[in-house]
Amino acid sequence: MKQDRRDFLKVAGLAAIAGIGAPSAFNTLLKGEATASEHGAAAEAGHGEAIAAPTGKRWGMVIDVRKFVANPDLPAKCVEACHSIHNVPNFGNPKDEIKWIWPDKFEAVFPDESHYKRHEALHAMPIMTLCNHCDKPPCVRACPTQATFKMKDGVVAMDYHRCIGCRFCMAACPYGARSFNWRDPRGKDENGNPFIKTVNPKFPTRMRGVVEKCNFCVERLAIGQIPACVEATGTTGAMVFGDLNDQNSEVSKVLSANFTIQRKPSLGTYPSLFYII
Amino acid sequence: MYGKGRIIPALLIFLGLMTFPLWYNAGFAHQAPKPEKPAEYKECVRPTQEMRTSHMVMLNQWRDDILREGGARKGVTANGTEYVRSLQNGCMHCHANKKKFCDTCHTYTAVKPYCWDCHLEPKEAN
Repeated sequence: MKQDRRDFLKVAGLAAIAGIGAPSAFNTLLKGEATASEHGAAAEAGHGEAIAAPTGKRWGMVIDVRKFVANPDLPAKCVEACHSIHNVPNFGNPKDEIKWIWPDKFEAVFPDESHYKRHEALHAMPIMTLCNHCDKPPCVRACPTQATFKMKDGVVAMDYHRCIGCRFCMAACPYGARSFNWRDPRGKDENGNPFIKTVNPKFPTRMRGVVEKCNFCVERLAIGQIPACVEATGTTGAMVFGDLNDQNSEVSKVLSANFTIQRKPSLGTYPSLFYII
Repeated sequence: MYGKGRIIPALLIFLGLMTFPLWYNAGFAHQAPKPEKPAEYKECVRPTQEMRTSHMVMLNQWRDDILREGGARKGVTANGTEYVRSLQNGCMHCHANKKKFCDTCHTYTAVKPYCWDCHLEPKEAN
């Protein structure tokens, strides 16, 4: 059979179209199936059903605001305990402030709970606020370098070695739990006072240009201690820490015995922190 | 050769300048750095040669294992001594003097590890 140039080009062209077209057609078909099933799952979750039963350990905390009202010096104690252990600098300037744990106003912590006839007592309440260690942390999704990530036990942790200081996580966090080091934490202010008053030699500092936040005291949990803020509350029971998935843990018992609220539950982040007001 | 009266001396001067570091340091053997080892501990977490070449790899492995996988905070040496898998609380526990240990080689090889931007060196060395 004699094949001229015209026929050869026709066959080559058809073969090229088939070769390029077939894989993409397959992909579209397969993807179509995948998105269809994802929609199904999302729809079920949207109705508050089909959330897989939790397994393994998940650290969580109940904050009893009534106890903080009864002990007005407790918030400062918690902050001091946390910030001194973790070498958190105090830049003396609210714009540069680094916070791992801090007391805030009710309306700032629970902006969803806004109404005109709010009880007077709520206004003066010091509500301890820290990283919520969400089950679905938006900061982890936003981080481009995986510098922040969720550990198996539910702690949302940071690897400061990987942080490039892009602050996407700060924009993503709906709770304002992350702070950026605009200045060198090892530095000194104009009067020559170091930003970290007394350095804890067992824990690192951070460097300028990284984001930091509460780490739920992973370094203490690893050696069988409870978080520093919980320890600072002592026997008041103002903060209860434990495994949310263990039915017999103290935190589970407190949760089943009390009505608790969470911060911005409508966002679907599933925080590990619960509040008794 | 045209202009050899200038070219050959100029070449000689050029060669002399180029090889200046060689003959200037000739017969003057440079000492390899001698990091000071802790007196009271005889055994490191891995064999000396391995530590010499890849301690930084091991530190990264420790970090990723502990931070991300929730790995063990403590390890055991070949002879059964327990140690803390941590730069600040483990390595520097024995190698308590950063200037006499870490810095000797790092300065010699002109590497500037950024460990100490965040991690704290033991007080004694300051």
